[in-house]
Amino acid sequence: MGFEKFGEISYTAETKVADFVKHLEEGEIAATKCKACGKLYFPPRADCIDCLTDDMEWIPLSGRGKLITYTTAYFAPAGFEAPYTLALAELEEGVRVFTRMSKDAKQDEIEIGMKVKLVPVRLADERITFELKNT
Amino acid sequence: MSNRVAIVGVGQTAFTRSCEVSIRELCFEAFKEAMGDVKNLSPKEIDASIICSAPEYDKQRSPAGLIAEYLGLNPQPTFLAEAICASSSVGTRIAWSFIHSGLHRVVAVVGFQKMSELTSEESQERMLRGGDIMWESPFGSMMPAYYAMFARAHMNKYGTTEEQLAKVKVKSGTYSLMNPKAMYQKETTVEKVMDSKVVASPLKVFDCCANADGASCIILANEDLAKKISDTPVWITGLGLASAPLSLTSRKTVSSLSCAVEAGKQAYKMAGLKANDVDVAEVHDCFTIAEIMAYEDLGFCKRGEGGRLVDNKETYIGGKIPVNVDGGLLSKGHPIGATGGSQIRTIVLQLRGEAGKTQVGNAETGLVHNIGGIGLYGAVMTFGR
Repeated sequence: MGFEKFGEISYTAETKVADFVKHLEEGEIAATKCKACGKLYFPPRADCIDCLTDDMEWIPLSGRGKLITYTTAYFAPAGFEAPYTLALAELEEGVRVFTRMSKDAKQDEIEIGMKVKLVPVRLADERITFELKNT
Repeated sequence: MSNRVAIVGVGQTAFTRSCEVSIRELCFEAFKEAMGDVKNLSPKEIDASIICSAPEYDKQRSPAGLIAEYLGLNPQPTFLAEAICASSSVGTRIAWSFIHSGLHRVVAVVGFQKMSELTSEESQERMLRGGDIMWESPFGSMMPAYYAMFARAHMNKYGTTEEQLAKVKVKSGTYSLMNPKAMYQKETTVEKVMDSKVVASPLKVFDCCANADGASCIILANEDLAKKISDTPVWITGLGLASAPLSLTSRKTVSSLSCAVEAGKQAYKMAGLKANDVDVAEVHDCFTIAEIMAYEDLGFCKRGEGGRLVDNKETYIGGKIPVNVDGGLLSKGHPIGATGGSQIRTIVLQLRGEAGKTQVGNAETGLVHNIGGIGLYGAVMTFGR
C-alpha cells in the first residue's frame, strides 16, 4: 500500500517502490539506483534489468530537464477533466518522465526543447503528484 | 513436401458504429464469407480456430469457446489470441506456425470486437489503461494523446505539417467511397479536417479512427490442401512480429515506432523482399500520424519524408506505393480484434485481382502492417500470389 495516493487517479496500490510517494511528500523526486552496476532508473524500478538484483538505493533527482514532446488534451477519459497538457521530458540525469505540464504554463510558451523543472504537487484528499514547470 | 502456408479464405462483416447483433453472430457472418471462398471444406474439417479480441470489451468471459461452438468448430482446439489492435495478426502468425510445423492442415483465425456496448468514455478509460497504469495513466493519458505526442515530435524533427496529416485522411475518404464495408463512406477536404474539433493537439477528430463493431475471418491451409480447396491461394511470404516498451519513458524515439521497424526487417528478410518490391500495402492508420510514421518505418520513403509522400500522392493508386486503398482504419473504423484480419483480407483481394474499383494494377506483392496499442506490438506480414 502507499502508491494509491499517486497521481490524479491511481490504478496501482501495491508496489515495491511505494516509498517514492514518501520521498515526494518530503519534496523530493527520487530515482532508484542499482547498488551493483550503478544504473539509474526513473520512473523508479525495484529490480535491475541488467543485474537481476533488487538491491537498490533511492537517489534524489535535480528535476531539471528539457521538453521532448507534448500535447494538450481537450477530451478526457472517464474520471479526468480536460483540458490538460501531457508532456514527456528528459531530465539532466539522462532519464525521462511522463507527466502533465503545470496549468501555469501558457500554451504559446510551450515548445519542444524548452527547459522545464519537475516538481512535487499536492492534490486534494491527500493525493500527491508531480508536474513540469517551465523555467 | 513443401510447407508453404496459404490464405484460402477471407471474410469480413461491414464495420459499423453499432452492429445490433451478438458477438457470436457477428463472427459467424465473417466466417461464412471466408468459407464461401473454399471448395469442399466443412467446418468439421478445420483443425483449429484462433479467436482474436481485446477481451476488456467483452461481456462474455473467454469468448473463444462460445464462438468456436457457434461456428461448429467443436471439438477442435480453440483459444484466444490477444495483442490489442494487433490481435488477429498475432492469431495469423500462430496459425502459420501450426500449419508450417505440420501440426494442423487448416486453421481459421477469427477476429472481432463489439465496442458499441461501451460508451465513448468507457472505451477511453480502457484505452487509458493501455498505457503504463503506474506511471502514465494517472495523468489522464489516452490513445489520441500518445499519438498526438508522436505527431508533435515528428513535426518538430522533420517539419511535417498538420496539412500533411490531413492529407492522409483526405486519401482515406477518397477510397472509402469504394468500400461498401467501411463505417464512413465520405470524401473530405484538408480544410474540413483542419476545422474539425481538436482532440489532443495537434490531432483533431478527423485525424483519429473511430471505435467500431465488426469481425474478420482468415482461413489458412498447407500447400497440398490449399491447391485442392482454392483456385486462388495467396501465400504468406514474410512474417515479422516485435515488441517495444509500453512506457514512453523507456523509448529511444517518439517519432517512429521501433516495433514496426523491427517487424518490417524480419518480414522483408524472410520473404527476400525490399520495400520497393511491395505493390500494395495496408498500414495501421489508427491516427493520421501513424500512417506517416508507417511509411518511414517500412522504408517506403526516407525518414522524415512521410509527409511529402502523401503530399505528392505517392500512396494513391497510380503512385509509387498505394497504401490503405480500402480507406484504412480512418474510414473503415477500428474494431480492435478484427482489424488485422480486415487488412489481410484487403491484401488477399488485391493479389487475387478481386479488389474492384480499388484494384492496383498487376499487384503481386502485398504487405500488412498492424500495430498493437501505442506501439508496443508491431506485426508486419508480406504476401505473394
